[in-house]
Amino acid sequence: MSRIVAAMSGGVDSSVAAALLARETREEEVIGVWMRTHGDLPEGYELSRSCCSPDAADDARRVAQLLNIPFFILNVEREFGERVIDTFVDSYLDGATPNPCQACNQYIKFDELLKRGLGAYGADVVATGHYARLEHRDGRWRLMRAADADKDQTYFLWVLDQDQLARTRFPLGDMTKPEVRAMAAELTLPTAHKPESQEICFVPLGDYRELLEERRGYAGEPGPIVDADGTRVGTHTGYAHYTVGQRHGLGVALGEAVYVREVQPATNTVVIGRREEVAQRTFSVDGARFTAGEPPSERFAASVRIRHRAPDVPAEVTMVGRDRFLVETADPVWAPAPGQAAVLYDGEECLGGGRIARGA
Amino acid sequence: MSAIHSTGAPTRNLRRPATAVSNRSPDANVARGYHRPMAIYLDHAATTPIRPEVLEAMLPYLTEHQGNPSSIHASGRRARQALDEAREEVAGHLGAKPREIVFTASGTEADNLAVRGVAWAASAKGRHIVTSAVEHKAVLATTAVLERQGFEITAIGVDRHGRVDPDEIAAAITERTTLVSIQSANNEVGTLQPVAEIGGICRARGVAFHVDAVQSAAFGPPTPDAWQATLVSLSAHKLYGPKGAGALYVRRGTAMLPQLSGGAQERQRRAGTENVAAIAGFGAALRLAYVEPTPMASLRDRLIADATALEGVELTGHPTERLPNSASFVIEGVEGGDLVAALDLEGIETSTGSACTTGSVEPSHVLLAMGVGPELAHGSLRLTIGRTTSEAEIDRTLEVLAGAIARLRGLRAPATATA
Repeated sequence: MSRIVAAMSGGVDSSVAAALLARETREEEVIGVWMRTHGDLPEGYELSRSCCSPDAADDARRVAQLLNIPFFILNVEREFGERVIDTFVDSYLDGATPNPCQACNQYIKFDELLKRGLGAYGADVVATGHYARLEHRDGRWRLMRAADADKDQTYFLWVLDQDQLARTRFPLGDMTKPEVRAMAAELTLPTAHKPESQEICFVPLGDYRELLEERRGYAGEPGPIVDADGTRVGTHTGYAHYTVGQRHGLGVALGEAVYVREVQPATNTVVIGRREEVAQRTFSVDGARFTAGEPPSERFAASVRIRHRAPDVPAEVTMVGRDRFLVETADPVWAPAPGQAAVLYDGEECLGGGRIARGA
Repeated sequence: MSAIHSTGAPTRNLRRPATAVSNRSPDANVARGYHRPMAIYLDHAATTPIRPEVLEAMLPYLTEHQGNPSSIHASGRRARQALDEAREEVAGHLGAKPREIVFTASGTEADNLAVRGVAWAASAKGRHIVTSAVEHKAVLATTAVLERQGFEITAIGVDRHGRVDPDEIAAAITERTTLVSIQSANNEVGTLQPVAEIGGICRARGVAFHVDAVQSAAFGPPTPDAWQATLVSLSAHKLYGPKGAGALYVRRGTAMLPQLSGGAQERQRRAGTENVAAIAGFGAALRLAYVEPTPMASLRDRLIADATALEGVELTGHPTERLPNSASFVIEGVEGGDLVAALDLEGIETSTGSACTTGSVEPSHVLLAMGVGPELAHGSLRLTIGRTTSEAEIDRTLEVLAGAIARLRGLRAPATATA
């Protein structure tokens, strides 16, 4: 009997995704798996708000019991530490903005889970609670936006290749969030009314600065905040504490709203600008990947999205070698942040993307 | 704009009847979840199935004899009789007096009571405890708490087979030492400890000696006198009794501070209404435990010989001085938890080493103490056979094991290193 691994985070989305599979699948056995991504607290302590806490494991297990599917915990602490947490930290030290959910999808949920799932559970397919759809058309798998445009998560999934897409299921792709909640309630799943998790799971209090110190010994050294002309207008606590587009916490009063425009690690400098100075029409992108394996052509029209939930905008994309491309948007886009993904779409289809490069 | 989509999006999934999911009966779809009738159970170190006779001995105390053993009336007296008889049964096997037996809710509680109770009762005399690096966490986590409370703890190392050297215990004892705590057999790798020798040292030095005999008691009655032990911990469910009953032997005249207060039960050493049915089951389990001992060592030896013949599979623990039912290994290139899951999906129930730490990402403290590298220690597997384990089950296990290891290795190897 072939088997499907249902990645269960303990949230309502992955619970319903597993429920749909458990209900519909007849030829394939569904195995519920919760991934332990970071370590335990000392005995006798309790603190947890995030999706990867022991509480979340309890919820996932409870759902698996109700669905009557086997449930296992997969330890991915080492892989998650290296591929997600360290990369997250290094991204800040690089003056860039990290993208941990996408790294987790790429290296943990699909890469590691597919690999380990095949070995441990004999499963060759992974299902998750992401809002995205898959279509097989004209000889290849296509990653499509979710039916619920508001919840679409293709922005975090553009890294998947043909091999991974072929072995992936997104049971929620055709559903809206209210429908998912309604179904969870109908099935009386304990996760039906859980609040949405927004924060980064390994930074439960939303302050990543401690992590910089803990993982890389970066305590932050005060340095200059300068405006577009290079005039010093303030002092920051350490360049890695700032990201492009940031408005709050600058401690600079110039009579109008200002934003971080650039972070310069080499000189420990934070450059700020007015709203219009932070917008750009062209930027270059590294680490390009295309779901089809290849870009559509050397130069093509696409719409580009540069942050989750931002609207995508029409652009002209020009390949520069195999894994870089240049984006020219019709209108300026707000604060393309180095390190963040630039994801390309052709209508409903997600073509792939890359990471916005520095000094674009 | 989810409101737009909630009307327009396809909802075919929702219109299906929620058959499998909505049926909450635990019997529904049993084959898919767990309860495979043909499962091969090789995790007897985690827990053992209750014998039918034990269940029979328990049932009256869950039904007609519902009284509280502390009550004056007839139902209470009936329950009290069950406790007294179980206490005599336990004491009899240990060569102890009934009043030296304190019933607890688990082996872990017995360990906690022994270590904490004696440490605090003797704290005016000294605050130093000697134990080993391979003890069960019921002891090691307890001594860690005591350490934070100002006690000094010496955890003796072990050799590569997991054995404690009694001379090291002798050397570690100081004038401030009040307690030595060493297990009779290790729960993860099955290694037996020279407890009688250690007991002699403790006796000579006037130090209380606690033996955690939870894991070994199924294979022979604990002998506090031969071991010269002051305290001995036991657990019912490791010897075909029920979960929820444990016992601590406390040698007469031993000062021990109760850890639960609020009642006069157990001669004021453990407050709380006794779990009468489970304790009655404990007594019944012990009564049967040593009647016709099931020979297991030859099956174990076959399991060890055939498993270690596979490439990259190494025995952990002592080659001969080990529990007769325990075969434990480290396996190169395999994550223990993944292997246990793989075997489980083939209907073979095993463990990475300790059910109490399952799901933990830390490698086993026992293996690390034995000098196994952290990488290899992640590949641990423990197979513990029981009274009913058959030759055919061992054959099947070895066959599935070989395939599962190959599959896991084939798919884990280089992928994490690239990109």
